[in-house]
Amino acid sequence: MDNAITPRGPKPRRRFSRGNIMLYGTLIVVALYYALPLYVMIVTSLKGMPEIRLGNVFSPPVEITFQPWVKAWSEACTGINCDGLSRGFWNSVQILIPSVFLSIIIASINGYALANWRFKGADVFFTILILGAFIPYQVMLYPIVIILREMGLYGSLWGLVLVHTVFGMPILTLLFRNYFTAIPEELFKAARVDGAGFWGIYFRIMLPMSLPIFVVAMILQVTGIWNDFLFGVIYTRPEIYPMTVQLNNIVNSVQGVKEYNVNMAATLLTGLVPLIIYFASGKLFVRGIAAGAVKG
Amino acid sequence: MTSVLVKDLTLKFGAVTVLDNLNIDIPEGEFLVLLGASGCGKSTLLNCIAGLLDPTDGEIHIIDRNVTWEEPSGRGIGMVFQSYALYPQMTVEGNLSFGLKNARMPKAEIKERVARAAEILQIDPLLHRKPAALSGGQRQRVAIGRALVRDVDVFLFDEPLSNLDAKLRADLRVEIKRLHHNLQNTMIYVTHDQVEAMTLADRIAIMKSGIIQQLDTPTEIYNRPRNKYVAGFIGSPEINFFEGTIEDGTFETGGERFSLAGYEFQNASRTGRAWLGIRPEHIMSGDAARDLPVTANVTIDIVEPMGSDTLAWATLAGVAIRIRMDGQAAVSSGDQIQIGFDPSRASLFDKATEARV
Repeated sequence: MDNAITPRGPKPRRRFSRGNIMLYGTLIVVALYYALPLYVMIVTSLKGMPEIRLGNVFSPPVEITFQPWVKAWSEACTGINCDGLSRGFWNSVQILIPSVFLSIIIASINGYALANWRFKGADVFFTILILGAFIPYQVMLYPIVIILREMGLYGSLWGLVLVHTVFGMPILTLLFRNYFTAIPEELFKAARVDGAGFWGIYFRIMLPMSLPIFVVAMILQVTGIWNDFLFGVIYTRPEIYPMTVQLNNIVNSVQGVKEYNVNMAATLLTGLVPLIIYFASGKLFVRGIAAGAVKG
Repeated sequence: MTSVLVKDLTLKFGAVTVLDNLNIDIPEGEFLVLLGASGCGKSTLLNCIAGLLDPTDGEIHIIDRNVTWEEPSGRGIGMVFQSYALYPQMTVEGNLSFGLKNARMPKAEIKERVARAAEILQIDPLLHRKPAALSGGQRQRVAIGRALVRDVDVFLFDEPLSNLDAKLRADLRVEIKRLHHNLQNTMIYVTHDQVEAMTLADRIAIMKSGIIQQLDTPTEIYNRPRNKYVAGFIGSPEINFFEGTIEDGTFETGGERFSLAGYEFQNASRTGRAWLGIRPEHIMSGDAARDLPVTANVTIDIVEPMGSDTLAWATLAGVAIRIRMDGQAAVSSGDQIQIGFDPSRASLFDKATEARV
């Protein structure tokens, strides 16, 4: 019989097996499901208002115009300000940079101390910190308003920076502690025998070995803080609203004609920063997440 | 002169006592090996001497200075770890000079010391490589170099060869011995490998559950183990034990009667329940056995040929015993042979206390 082939060498694989068709079919459907809204947003943002009124949501623009993008960036009105999203963008940048730096620096030192310098009550401290990650934000909103008021920071940029730094602490500390715990303890001991102190070991041994986890922390913080809406709307004044709050105000404004193209462009502009971060550092992100499995 | 003095050292983790009132006096230039099964506290003791663990009680003196509260770097010690613990982001040169830079030593002197250590350990060509580009043996050599450059009084080794393959381990073992011979520093070496302990040590401290069982020269530990644990721990293949009774200069066990003529009792000859231990290599067979004070006829059960020698299993007085024979010995299972041993090479241990009698 022809079928009686002696098995030998690599096992033959069928490309169009039922399992493969199911697998790739599902993947394609899911990919379309996520890509379609993005496509609609992009084409709509490139159309003029008359074209949008025709109602062909999925058709590509007949006449490509960048006017909605320009308007969204520099002309759209929120309340009394008519300088577009650019104001919100720079506000967000001013909030983002100090928040990310402060939270990562403090959390990495926390994690390092918890992992390597076991002090009395370290476990209790760590447990309390982690519990902090599970407390719903809503419970804290009003107390924080009062704390900020008493500190004289309510409504200011630095108040929001402080809030972001504090709220990033539990998860970031956990992240860093786990990473530093995975670094062999003997390395730390060797550095102590070599006469390095708390800061010496942190800066000269731990920090240079931990680039991946710093990148992960940065991505988490940048996207988290950039996308934050709740804290931004509560703890700041309209002049220093972050981009997300301003976007909401543009899109949800009830006066005048709904300019779908401008709204789409504004939304895309707001989402651009996290998107770029993901694309630029995706590889490092995966490396950092998988870092526990990789030997140094 | 005393180099390292450990005085009443106790370490407890909560309710667990890891080290129990230890006392060791290590003279200058001695190579001391701490030997024991895992969990016996040997690495803990080394970490206490290094200052990486705080003792619960007791003192540690290094070169006539009480360093109990001193930082590791201030104790005049260098340490070599099992996992090498090289700083991965630094070159070999960076690794060697890290400790010196921390001590704010002038650059010229750092360079000189690194060069000298590299020469001693023959790692000159590797100075500009990162640890990832080194083999296991090279890494461990760099780790030793890191202790060497600091010009310390005492070297501490924490199972430095355990991560290496068998051949490299043997090579590096000789190198460490040579290093000690040339430097004449005090060295404390932790291992669970009795071959390393026997070959390297001036004295061996055998530890079990936080207590030193015996602290003696390798020969003394091998020939006159102080208790049953030490006798069983040292020697490969393991020593044979018979349980029985000492009576009128004989040892009775399972229907057999062994003469004890020539055995050196610790005190006056005694009687009572006891263990008799005899090493496989001290049991003779064939012609060599005929004239010995203790002889018996046994049947070989299993033969394990190992090239250099052959290990035969037989049953004597109801106990499975190991007999070490010449590698060329023509024996196979089922053979009837005559064996014998000299009681002066045996060890007797009290049944209850397990101490040598």
